[in-house]
Amino acid sequence: MNAPAASTVPPLIRMQALTKRFGAGLPVLDALSLDVAVGEFVSLIGPSGCGKSTLLRLLSGLTPASGGHITVAGRPTGETGDLAYVFQDPTLLPWLKVAENVETLLRLRRMPAAERRRRSAAALGLVRLTDKARAYPRQLSGGQRMRVSLARALALEPRLILLDEPFGALDEMTRDRIGEELLAIRERQQWTALFVTHSVAEAVFLSSRILIFAANPGRVVHDLPITLPYPRNHDTRLAPAYLGLVAEVSAKLRAVEESAGTIFTAA
Amino acid sequence: MNPRLLRWLLPVLLAAGFLVGWQVLHGQLSPSRRFLLPDLAGLIGAFREHGAVLARAAGYTGLAALGGFGLAVVVAVVASVLLASSELARTALYPYLMILQMVPVIVIAPILILWVGPGWPSVIIVTFLISFFPLVVNTTQGLLSVELAQVDLFRMARASRLQAMFLLRVPAALPYFFTGLRISAILAPIGALTADYIVGTTSGGRSGLGITALLFSARNEIPALYATAITGCLLGFAFVGVVSGLAWLTLHRWHDSYSPSDK
Repeated sequence: MNAPAASTVPPLIRMQALTKRFGAGLPVLDALSLDVAVGEFVSLIGPSGCGKSTLLRLLSGLTPASGGHITVAGRPTGETGDLAYVFQDPTLLPWLKVAENVETLLRLRRMPAAERRRRSAAALGLVRLTDKARAYPRQLSGGQRMRVSLARALALEPRLILLDEPFGALDEMTRDRIGEELLAIRERQQWTALFVTHSVAEAVFLSSRILIFAANPGRVVHDLPITLPYPRNHDTRLAPAYLGLVAEVSAKLRAVEESAGTIFTAA
Repeated sequence: MNPRLLRWLLPVLLAAGFLVGWQVLHGQLSPSRRFLLPDLAGLIGAFREHGAVLARAAGYTGLAALGGFGLAVVVAVVASVLLASSELARTALYPYLMILQMVPVIVIAPILILWVGPGWPSVIIVTFLISFFPLVVNTTQGLLSVELAQVDLFRMARASRLQAMFLLRVPAALPYFFTGLRISAILAPIGALTADYIVGTTSGGRSGLGITALLFSARNEIPALYATAITGCLLGFAFVGVVSGLAWLTLHRWHDSYSPSDK
């Protein structure tokens, strides 16, 4: 594909003074203005209640904004079909086999069966679970279930994937492995990702950019580019540059959490 | 000891012990009171003598139970989908569903007979009334017990209400539905037998187990009454057995309650 010059590419996501408020009190997200370019892998990190997950729900159209504007690929949220969401839990349907689970969302879009099967087979291949296509979710390990959930998102062939702490419930080894697989898949596909996590190490390893949020009201206090070159693999985790970035982001995050309660934090 | 063997042997041993205890108890009674508890030979004699009558009555009660039970299943499933789809319907109808279960059968029996006549129609209606409530309550609960994230998943895919109902809520409700079905399967044959006792008819030889019990009781045929009770139990077992089989067929591949134990 021939990419046009960077300056002419419109951002995939554009937020302008985006505000979300539940009832009275401080907004969960306060006048957030932010662009995300095509191909970025953006991690959102910050204390709980800072609006990271709310931002994903706003983007997916699950909840309406209280103020401001948000567009995905130039269109209002809820109208873009090429967006996938990966939840904290695998949210598989236990009565369907793995392949059928991967096809569920395609079925809801009334896609023809042949195309559905092709996509589900391809997606299961990407997460290396082809041999489990006919298994039921209860026969899988936690890590495998999460990979099926990922395959279900990939089968949509989305331009944007929203991931809400998807690997939080997994043990560290599995978590690292799936992160590496996710980046390997990204090398072969073109999608943009917004990734909510509580793990600084995970955020640095995966992302091209990290947004550190503060709570009360929810807002972005640091917007950090992560310049480590892709492709990244397990060796990346040993690189001094990576370790340095983890230390730097951790320090910034700690500063945010320590100043929690005061509303006037340096941006 | 082989645990599989034990699973068969234990109930069989228990049954044997029970029968021996029965026989001993019979022997302990004073001769004038032995009629209260017939010995096993007397019981077998009663089955021999009244076997044909009992079989016909069981068939009749079984069919009536099946009719009322089937009607309850159909109406309960439709009602549950309606109740699960609308909070308004739930709020409005729920108290009346409970009243349906509280209807005292003995009191409305004469009314039923006046409305639809004795026998077949009345028995089916009473069985329906008795087995409907557990089904509708459990199924509605099941249709509403879908994980929030799964609902979000369907919303995000812009699934229609029909898709969300039949691809998400209905399958998720199956385990709950079968819980209700099991309870109703126990209630239905007993309900049909009781109904037959109250609103049954002897005309045309179409009497069920209830009327049969009534006749035996009037003629003071105690062993035959025992035989009738046992026949009623067997009918109940048949219902529960079939429903358990259906539940197994539907759920065993995916539901956690059927996962192989890791002991």
